[in-house]
Amino acid sequence: MSMIGDLFGPWKGFTVTFRQMFKPKLTTRYPKHKRVKPQRFHGRHVLNRYPDGMEKCIGCELCAGVCPASCIYVRGSDNPVDDPVSPGERFGFVYEINMLRCIFCGMCVEACPTEAITMTHLFEMSVTDREEGIFTKESLLVDPDGTPNHPLPDTPLIDINELKLGDGWLRATSPSGRAAFEGVEAWSPSARMGGLAPAEPSQESHELGAVSSEPESEEDST
Amino acid sequence: MEDFIVAAVKVVVAFALLFTVVLLTVWAERRVVAFMQNRLGPTRAGPFGVLQTLADGMKLLFKESMTPRNAEVFLYLAAPVMALLPALLIFLVIPIGAPITIGDTTYTLQVTDLNVGVLYILALSSMAVYAITLAGWASGSKYPLLGSVRASAQMISYEAAMGLALVPVIMFAGTTSIAGIVETQGANYFGFLPAWNIVLLPSFIVFMIAAFAETNRAPFDLVEAEQEIVGGFHTEYSGFRFALFFLAEYINLFTMSALAVTFFLGGWNGPTFGPTWLVWILPVIWFFLKTFAIIFLFIWVRGTLPRMRYDQLMAFGWKRLIPVSLAWIILAMIAMGIRRYGLPWA
Repeated sequence: MSMIGDLFGPWKGFTVTFRQMFKPKLTTRYPKHKRVKPQRFHGRHVLNRYPDGMEKCIGCELCAGVCPASCIYVRGSDNPVDDPVSPGERFGFVYEINMLRCIFCGMCVEACPTEAITMTHLFEMSVTDREEGIFTKESLLVDPDGTPNHPLPDTPLIDINELKLGDGWLRATSPSGRAAFEGVEAWSPSARMGGLAPAEPSQESHELGAVSSEPESEEDST
Repeated sequence: MEDFIVAAVKVVVAFALLFTVVLLTVWAERRVVAFMQNRLGPTRAGPFGVLQTLADGMKLLFKESMTPRNAEVFLYLAAPVMALLPALLIFLVIPIGAPITIGDTTYTLQVTDLNVGVLYILALSSMAVYAITLAGWASGSKYPLLGSVRASAQMISYEAAMGLALVPVIMFAGTTSIAGIVETQGANYFGFLPAWNIVLLPSFIVFMIAAFAETNRAPFDLVEAEQEIVGGFHTEYSGFRFALFFLAEYINLFTMSALAVTFFLGGWNGPTFGPTWLVWILPVIWFFLKTFAIIFLFIWVRGTLPRMRYDQLMAFGWKRLIPVSLAWIILAMIAMGIRRYGLPWA
């Protein structure tokens, strides 16, 4: 019996490859179908706004300092007194990221004290000119309603909805913009989606306050 | 004059057919191997990606053809053509269907029937070695040279085994004409078993193994082992010259499959029925069905088996295949002698 088994053993590989032919295929047919990215996917950056529309960037240049590829250029400027761009003294006057140099490590996101810069799920950034690879503040900054700009918005490859899935781990600490703001809060990719983690039963309250014991109400407290 | 026109039409049809089939073969290989690896393979160009090979060919046509500085220019340029020619010529003697009789003229579905067909095939498949050897040597670069040295040794070794595997077929058929070999396989055993030469199973196995080595395919693809010697003999070729090598390789794959069908699986023989036009077409369909089954076998083996080591390859060729073929020839001779003259003691 074992002799017969030995005779057919080497041929078992052929049945393996034959069976694989009828199994479901792993290929994603890319431009038509897109794979869901992991939540912490490091896509292109956006510059966020506070719910009231104020820019979060304060021009501190910490992101530029920490960037291992030296691809970020920031120049801060004093806020105009009558029409402030960001809460606080300074704002990011020039903000450029060279996407051709960026290694998408996410250290700028970690360094940012106000969560002005976060990463999205957008990864389709091909350009036809090296100069287009330098994303300026215009394309990085989200619209006042929270929609991110993309330099190639008309391309069928771009699914702008993907931008609404920002990376999930650095949103919790954002306070509101101006304390006096009373209008409707605009959507913001970093402020709305993540929220705070539900309180553990043993915890009395979150560090950041404005939290009830009900986990459901976490959504409202941002 | 009419003979000339018939011959010209046959050559053109054979040429067109060969290229169409080769496009399909390349596509089939990529798709089947992809399916075996849980991928999809080419899907974009044409329905199910059938036109992918055509697209690749067009692309290569427009690519720059580089010539290395150390190349022997004349031989370097001649080698791709030398690779393609024998591959195309072998197909001329393979009958792809039963002879068709229109009026009182019979047309064979074969460009020409040589009475030394088998020798012609063996001779031309040896010619293919020249192209590979010269391509590797004329490139003036080390990896192509290594590849071509491997190729010449491998193909010469396995050619011997292949020739020996064909000896019992010739003995059974009593002719070296390809059409004759196919016709002798049209008979039946016991009225229903087709008298294909597959009964010479050891010969068939040896022939198939030698065919894998002759076409430089896995598990004997040491000639172009990417992990060791980049692309082997065609490392330095680019543009359409590379396409010619690629084409020759797949034409060889197709012709080897067609030869296996012709010698061992009855060629175009198969059940025919229905009206006259169906009787004409069915043998062609049988022939291509069998051929593509063999091509699938080639692809299946490529998707399954790892590459052999070079010493294993040589030992297998010389110490296993050739003795087995020789022993089998002696056995077949004894069997034929008994069939013709009866048992020696009777």
